[in-house]
Amino acid sequence: MRNILFAALIAVALVGCSTTPTKTAPVVDNSGAAGASGAQTSGAGTGGVNGNAAGNEAENPLHNPNSILSKRSVYFDFDSFVVKDEFKPLVEAHARYLQSHPDARMTIQGNTDERGSREYNIALGQKRADAVKRMMVLLGAGDSQIETVSFGKEKPKNPGHDEAAWAENRRDDIVYAGE
Amino acid sequence: MILSLRRWLTFGLLAATPFVPAYAQLSIEIVGGAASAIPIAIVPFDAEATWPLGITGIVGADLSRSGLFRLVNSDGVVPRPARALDVQPAVWRARNADAVVVGSMRPLPDGRVGVRFDLVDVVKQVTLASMSYTVAPAQFRATAHKIADVIYEKMTGAPGVFSTRIAYIAKQGPRYQLMVADADGFNPQSIVSSNQPLLSPRWSPDGTRIAYVSFESRKPVVYVQSLVTGARRAIANFRGSNSSPAWSPDGTKLVVTLSKDGGSQMFLMNPDGSGVTRVLTSASIDTEAVFTPDGKSLVFTSDRGGTPQIYRVNLATRQIERLTFEGDYNVSPRPFPDGKGMAFVHRENGRFEIATLDFATHQMQVLTSGPSDESPSIAPNGRMIIYANEAGGGGTLAAVSTDGRVKQRLVAPATDVREPAWGPLPRS
Repeated sequence: MRNILFAALIAVALVGCSTTPTKTAPVVDNSGAAGASGAQTSGAGTGGVNGNAAGNEAENPLHNPNSILSKRSVYFDFDSFVVKDEFKPLVEAHARYLQSHPDARMTIQGNTDERGSREYNIALGQKRADAVKRMMVLLGAGDSQIETVSFGKEKPKNPGHDEAAWAENRRDDIVYAGE
Repeated sequence: MILSLRRWLTFGLLAATPFVPAYAQLSIEIVGGAASAIPIAIVPFDAEATWPLGITGIVGADLSRSGLFRLVNSDGVVPRPARALDVQPAVWRARNADAVVVGSMRPLPDGRVGVRFDLVDVVKQVTLASMSYTVAPAQFRATAHKIADVIYEKMTGAPGVFSTRIAYIAKQGPRYQLMVADADGFNPQSIVSSNQPLLSPRWSPDGTRIAYVSFESRKPVVYVQSLVTGARRAIANFRGSNSSPAWSPDGTKLVVTLSKDGGSQMFLMNPDGSGVTRVLTSASIDTEAVFTPDGKSLVFTSDRGGTPQIYRVNLATRQIERLTFEGDYNVSPRPFPDGKGMAFVHRENGRFEIATLDFATHQMQVLTSGPSDESPSIAPNGRMIIYANEAGGGGTLAAVSTDGRVKQRLVAPATDVREPAWGPLPRS
């Protein structure tokens, strides 16, 4: 528990460090830093109309495969709910989107692999969803913009029974209202 | 009481759905029996052959399935005894029987049938039980279970559970059903049907309602549904996740796990969803709460110590005590009806197993070997534990006696079954 708190504190501290020079924060996503920031800018521009992600506009960054915002999944280690460094840019991008689109609403769905108690896994998935929400709120998203729910182990993406399947199922999915 | 409930159940089901499909029935087989099974002979009742569905066959199946009885051949005794005073102890001792069941059935003018039986201890040469019933033929199955209950109690000292029901979740492809069946797997009824997951069925203490968790709203919501009327109400549908319902022993409250105020925390509420009261405030996962049989405490799972372990909190003093100390994963607590211990899930070397803990001695006993055993439920006589396990890609149910000696397997063809919940003793 202490280690997890320590790691969380470090994670928060690192995010804090990278918040100020947003544009120079390393973008791990292969779609490219230019595309990402460009998408965010245009997203902010059109956000004045309506933050609703259900818009069918071709330019909607949430559905643009070149935008980090189209990436919706954060993966977790076994028995862990710590957001790993490689997913921080993704979390940050979505937090920024929410911040600049006050009408946007999102649900973060937490999932676990198939091992262990169903009810305990609902709580563990909830903890994973809450971890990403907490990070987003720290980065400027509104608390009321994000609902966190858990599917526990009930809705696995990969029905397999090996390490690869389990890793794919330990996951938060970000879903915007209307999707 | 159980008979009229079944009538209501059928009515409720027909009212809710336009047709009643045939459901794959659970079949239960013994895979390991008690070494010292009681040898008992069950003589077909006088005139029983008049009806296509008899009674003694079901009595014998109930008793032998319990793993505590071994059926002794009852053929070839002429004349066939139908009353205690017809039973010749020497004849049955020669067959190594300790007890004999005899009886008769008599059609009555109004279409009902008079059923009577005697249970004779042929060692001590005393009649242990003598009962009679007046029932319609449609009630033969239920009557057989009642008779098996009487025999079980007289011979073992514990109440029989042959007249109880079990609830479980059956998954076929994308379809989930909350099923309620007799304890022997017969008469499966679908109570809820959904294309989204269902879990955690929990019987109210009086057996008339079931609480459960449904994902039909794309998030977990707790429902309470009447088995009598089929009507249901979402009692916990707050922001975030709502799960893990459990009833208080007097049926006036439920404890649930809610994430509406952050994290996973335990709340008490009335069965209509009102009166929501938080139990504890913590920064950890607190879930899987169940009441102790005296209603004074909750036993629950928490990761407040760093790993999932089981704790107990006194509801009056809010004092918390840790109960499990072996290993790094102990979850799903289920207190025994006598309050002296609990069953739970223990993980050892990556294998999830059913274990019991004695509260007085703090001794843990592992009853199963996994690797994926989960959701134990204790029979209301405290003698058997039903649970779910994964066997070859599909879920099955299994049961083990609390001393570990009797093992059963419960399977439904082409169906993934999970989340068993053993119903209460019928109130008669």
